[in-house]
Amino acid sequence: MSTALLTDLVIFVLSLWVGFEVISKVPATLHTPLMSAANSIHGIVLVGAMLIAVTAHNPIGYVIAFVAAAFAAMNVVGGYVVTGRMLKMFRRRPGTAVAEDGKRS
Amino acid sequence: MSGFSTTIQLIYVAAASCFVLGLHLMNNPATARRGNQVSTVGMAAAVAATLALIIHSGAITVTGWIVMAAGALVGAAVGLYSARTVQMTAMPQLVSVFNAVGGGAAALVGIHDYMTLADAGRGVPGSITVTTLLDVIIGAVTFSGSIIAAGKLQGLITSAPVTFPGSRAVNLLLAAVTLAACGYLITTPSLPVLGIVIVAALAFGVSMVMPIGGADMPVVISLLNAFTGTAVAMAGFVIGNWALIIAGALVGASGGILTKLMADAMNRSIGNIIVGGFGTGDSALAVLPGAGAGVRAIEADDAAIQLAYASKVIIVPGYGLAAAQAQYAVAELAELLESRGVEVSYAIHPVAGRMPGHMNVLLAEANVPYPQLKEMEEINPEFSRTDVALVIGANDVTNPAARRPGTAISGMPILDVDQAKSIIVIKRSMGHGYAGIDNELYANPKTSMYFADAKKALAGLTSAVKTLVG
Repeated sequence: MSTALLTDLVIFVLSLWVGFEVISKVPATLHTPLMSAANSIHGIVLVGAMLIAVTAHNPIGYVIAFVAAAFAAMNVVGGYVVTGRMLKMFRRRPGTAVAEDGKRS
Repeated sequence: MSGFSTTIQLIYVAAASCFVLGLHLMNNPATARRGNQVSTVGMAAAVAATLALIIHSGAITVTGWIVMAAGALVGAAVGLYSARTVQMTAMPQLVSVFNAVGGGAAALVGIHDYMTLADAGRGVPGSITVTTLLDVIIGAVTFSGSIIAAGKLQGLITSAPVTFPGSRAVNLLLAAVTLAACGYLITTPSLPVLGIVIVAALAFGVSMVMPIGGADMPVVISLLNAFTGTAVAMAGFVIGNWALIIAGALVGASGGILTKLMADAMNRSIGNIIVGGFGTGDSALAVLPGAGAGVRAIEADDAAIQLAYASKVIIVPGYGLAAAQAQYAVAELAELLESRGVEVSYAIHPVAGRMPGHMNVLLAEANVPYPQLKEMEEINPEFSRTDVALVIGANDVTNPAARRPGTAISGMPILDVDQAKSIIVIKRSMGHGYAGIDNELYANPKTSMYFADAKKALAGLTSAVKTLVG
């Protein structure tokens, strides 16, 4: 096994454990936003999709790059926007989150 | 490592830290929005760093730029539009679609990398082959499986379990073909054989999700979420990118935890759910012979009196509430009762709805304050001190038969609705729940049934309370 692969594997396994630790504390109330947030985070695949465009040099490569970029961008943008939209609705008492918004803007 | 690429790597590490911090802030509804913002900043930084990397490398062609920009713009527009317009009842479908495109993109990254290496003709290193295959297989299964799941949730495909004779043999055949093709690819790089793997994985995704019924969707969505994360992490292995590996692993862990929580809440193993729904699909259509025998029906006025003069009411929402889009109607009734001094809370079963936390989001949309939404363990002891339990479109999760061995739902944790002093069930008909068995709660002498569509019933109750006591 190469050092690079071993390093990648270590990073992967440790990240899994960090994920388990952090996420097991999320209350059930927030499970849908959590899943949606996780969804937007896997939109990081956009980075991979962008890098495809660099090595693509033939029509099939360009088609793959286009589809991958479209898929990943949809994932990222849609994921973050809908998570934000959902979280905005969670209020302790009716009106509090709205008031907070007013202060911020 | 040059100073430039070191900087890029450091930005990726910072982005990954933002993702962890963002998820950490989701521990509390009060900080969750900030969490999403932190995570967004991390994502923007990672994308900007990648752009810088691409420009710096100078290897990209003009066509490459156009293709990338056009793809990203189209995708971003579609994503933005669907995220802005989606109804909260349709969240499970949208999450499924995002799983599909994420998994699809991850598979494409692996496929393209493999093609580039194979074209170069210098052979493909074994470690790259293995990670590419994992990436492509998991990504393709997620892609087709999530599309089927979204179709079922949207009602485009029947939500009943779909099985056909020999489906298990087909799955075994697909697995055998995939394994054989993978074994071949380890020694000999070949694009056509990779094509076989892709097709087999896509077919497997379809045949995996088709037999799964609607009520098992919370588990399936969580599982596909975990798959997507893992596929993205594998794509990170393929192209040697830490940001993808870390983010993918985080999502994999998150999906894994939710899958386990959901399966536990149904007292079923993940394997059992994947293999297929409860018995056959036709049980969903079966209606109790002589329906109505032994149960007491109630009209809006009587139900309204019970609710208006109660001191403590617990509302138990289920998928029927979402299907009838009745979240605003229930919130209005609850608010009216509260204004009369009735203590109102909501009992949320972990698998109520079609995805983890589905009910919470719907009720949040209708301005229900989240401290009123109680989890099962928290609310169960309170039922015995409750005057009226109002069950809306929930069935199996309230069935006391789960406490006895020998039924289809034995051992499933349930809400102790039958402990309440009186129970009102709003339901369209005596039809069965997903498990296809009678709900013993309905025959309980304390239970009255209000047969109506949830939205109409709740509006009726609200106006009845107003006229009676207003």
